[in-house]
Amino acid sequence: MTMPLLPTSRADAVASAKAFLGAQSRVRPLEIAFWLLAFAALFVGRSHHLLLAEITILALFAVSLDLILGYAGIVSLGHAAFFGLGAYAAGILAQSGHGDPLSGLVVAAGVAAVAGFVSSFLVLRGADLTRLMITLGVASLLYEAANKMDWLTGGADGLQGILIGPLLGRFDFDLYGTTAFAYALGVLFVVMLALRVVVHSPFGHALRAIRDNRLRARAVGIPVERRLVAVYTLSAAIAGLAGALSCQTTAFVSLDVLDFHRSAEVLLVLVIGGSGRLYGAIVGAVVFRFAQDVLSAMTPQYWQFWVGLGLVILVLIGRDRLDDLGRAIVARILPARRSPEGTP
Amino acid sequence: MTLALETIGLKKTFGGLTATNDVHLRLEKGARHALIGPNGAGKTTLINLLTGVLAPSAGQIRLDGVEIGGMGVEARVRRGLGRTFQINQLFPDLTPIETVALAVSERSGRGGDWWRRVGTRGAVLDEVVDVLERFGLTERMREPTRTLPYGKQRLLEIAVALATKPRVLLLDEPAAGVPEGERHEILEAVEALPKDVTVVLIEHDMDMVFRFAERITVLVAGAVLTEGTVAEISDDPRVRAVYLGEG
Amino acid sequence: MLTILFDGISTGMLLFVLAVGLSVTLGLMNFVNLAHGAFAMLGGYVTVIAMQRFGVPFLATLPLAFLIAAVVGVILERTLYVRLYGRPHLDQVLFSIGLVFMAIAAASWAMGSSPQNIRLPEELKGRFDVFGVGIGRYRLFLTVVCGVLAVALQLVLSETRFGSRLRAAVDDARVARGLGIDVQTVFALTFAVGSGLAGLGGALGAEILGLDPGFPVKYMIFFLIVVTVGGSSSIVGPFLAALMLGIADVGGKYFVPEIGSFVIYALMIAVLIVRPNGLFARPGR
Ligand SMILES: Nc1ncnc2c1ncn2[C@@H]1O[C@H](COP(=O)(O)OP(=O)(O)OP(=O)(O)O)[C@@H](O)[C@H]1O
Ligand SMILES: [Mg+2]
Repeated sequence: MTMPLLPTSRADAVASAKAFLGAQSRVRPLEIAFWLLAFAALFVGRSHHLLLAEITILALFAVSLDLILGYAGIVSLGHAAFFGLGAYAAGILAQSGHGDPLSGLVVAAGVAAVAGFVSSFLVLRGADLTRLMITLGVASLLYEAANKMDWLTGGADGLQGILIGPLLGRFDFDLYGTTAFAYALGVLFVVMLALRVVVHSPFGHALRAIRDNRLRARAVGIPVERRLVAVYTLSAAIAGLAGALSCQTTAFVSLDVLDFHRSAEVLLVLVIGGSGRLYGAIVGAVVFRFAQDVLSAMTPQYWQFWVGLGLVILVLIGRDRLDDLGRAIVARILPARRSPEGTP
Repeated sequence: MTLALETIGLKKTFGGLTATNDVHLRLEKGARHALIGPNGAGKTTLINLLTGVLAPSAGQIRLDGVEIGGMGVEARVRRGLGRTFQINQLFPDLTPIETVALAVSERSGRGGDWWRRVGTRGAVLDEVVDVLERFGLTERMREPTRTLPYGKQRLLEIAVALATKPRVLLLDEPAAGVPEGERHEILEAVEALPKDVTVVLIEHDMDMVFRFAERITVLVAGAVLTEGTVAEISDDPRVRAVYLGEG
Repeated sequence: MLTILFDGISTGMLLFVLAVGLSVTLGLMNFVNLAHGAFAMLGGYVTVIAMQRFGVPFLATLPLAFLIAAVVGVILERTLYVRLYGRPHLDQVLFSIGLVFMAIAAASWAMGSSPQNIRLPEELKGRFDVFGVGIGRYRLFLTVVCGVLAVALQLVLSETRFGSRLRAAVDDARVARGLGIDVQTVFALTFAVGSGLAGLGGALGAEILGLDPGFPVKYMIFFLIVVTVGGSSSIVGPFLAALMLGIADVGGKYFVPEIGSFVIYALMIAVLIVRPNGLFARPGR
């Protein structure tokens, strides 16, 4: 209470607080390097572009989960519901003659957002377990619906006759997947640009507050329900984007997009890369996909075993400790920056 | 003249236990009021009822003459009812800057902004720093809350509550668990609260209560035993029997 | 009509035996064990292997299915699960999904991915008529076995010393410890019995639920429904929930096959919206 109230010290404090918040959201060299590298990959190694497109889409899906899990603290076992909805929306649209990718993307995101908005009210209440059940239940419900409505979805055979038009009316989707990769990467880039604004905004901070302590979040005046509905809707929309991309770049949708293993997988991807920092989702997608390749080359049918083992070990070691390890490595690569901890 | 805070026949039962029993409270604007009572008397429960964390079994709550009993927690905060918690309820991963900024943003109607960074509006940060400075928290304002010493966390509890600009502030044992040597810091902070804010202090430390309060309400087994000035309460033999006698 | 009701009841009883262990682990250890179905699958495969490779008669494989699942359960509990008590639910979810993936891969590696058939003994095959109601012999057998188990469990919980310790530990592990109850042993024993029952259920259910490596995931949501709808504060809730689920499932698939399992998921979501803590949970918990 005896802090001197000299004007200079106060101005200093304000400046210091401002600098602190600014540093948190500053663009890091590593970030720029990553995007340069990613876009550079468009011009080399064509044979890998299909794989890279797939990874990019997985990363986008994981980013959408990060919003609700990493920031708002909602554990979902059914995030594939929105991915699948987006995929089917884009697929059905293309099947019925509206093959323009970008408008399909927008429609898919809209459909997923509406579903996210409606189901968000179901995940507001109850404990973790109730939420797990509701998210799992919603996804199972959609899976079952897609399975039974075969006149619309093609049922177990998948959606037939998807014709995707050229991107922006000019670039056809080629066999190597270069257009697909460019398209997916472009969408991911735009989404990441938008989200790095969102997570450093008052809204983004409110989400972290809700995750950390709901009781206090309310006592601070945060309308918890409203914020959660908003973020759940946003997350669903982005998952819908990922689903639509997956449909448009492969010209195929099957029940698999709604399957439980997909929800579990994206959870794993996010956890591998670290939740609550956006870029973790991308790291996770890269690591996961490469691990999948290596493992399935070793034991083609049973690579799931290794994924499971990985999960078990990851949890037993502790996600926090892996986090610290990751940070230590990054700190060694980028020494002596007085950057604050936390999200990039 | 309307009262800052008034309760009428407030009641709360947990199964068979009556934790709050027919409580009538009347607080004038700017009052310095203490709420005392032995452990388990129902003090925290009363605060939870007032702030909407718990729903009352019966009774009414009026803030500045307006019935708020049916409102949600955050609506009451917006109307100017702030509180602190007996057991720290902070955001472990957020820094004091971010914590207080949340309260300021919500209060100024910017809490839903998602398109611009926290603190790019100059006024918000000025206010954040004002509040932090008042509680001597600027030095470590850039570190995650969980790394702060316990005493500082107790101060942050009050700081973040004050940042919501409450008209009535409910302090639930602000010095709970703070070592003897640092308690004065909390007391000074409490005494330096703005005069126009109505303050209700729950506290077991009688020295602190007598120094701070103008009037005191004594709660026993959920019901108001008596209410009066500091002198009246300290001389009341019943209070000595049930409360002071114990400690 | 009554046949369907009876089929539903027997399916429900089976689901109860399968899921009751999960309900107790959840209530007791506050642990979300998504891998519970893996123990059921293990029991099913024990029966298959014992019958096909060693010619053990069906009935004799049942105790074996219980025992092996229980032993594997207790080993995993002591070595792995115990490290995750009190950890965030996300960790528990990830961990048990990991176990599920491993179990699925291991099962398809060892047993192939095609569904397994169990040859029931002659005396359990076919159906007979009671006042015009067709009753499958095996269904009747299931109902009797599971009914006896349910009653036995309820008696153990309410009448024995172990039961009262278990209930004390469920109510508040810390207080129970203070009373000198060896909570660790209670945990381990309960986990063993729960896994064993799942194994037994898997063996019993192979005939009507099917048995293939996808079992743990396919029925995970069923078990979870039993537990969440029934609440985990007693075994009566899960029992009623399992009965309802069995009847709804069999009835739904019979009367409105076009929408299949849709009904169940929709019902579950509806219940959880109205009662987030389950239909039969004690209020205030
Ligand atoms: N959510 C609840 N459910 C059941 N009983 C409760 C609940 N909250 C409080 N109680 C009971 O209500 C009574 C009053 O508790 P409360 O916490 O309000 O007391 P207090 O006066 O704040 O005590 P202390 O001085 O120890 O903080 C106690 O007997 C407590 O056990
Ligand atoms: Mg209290």
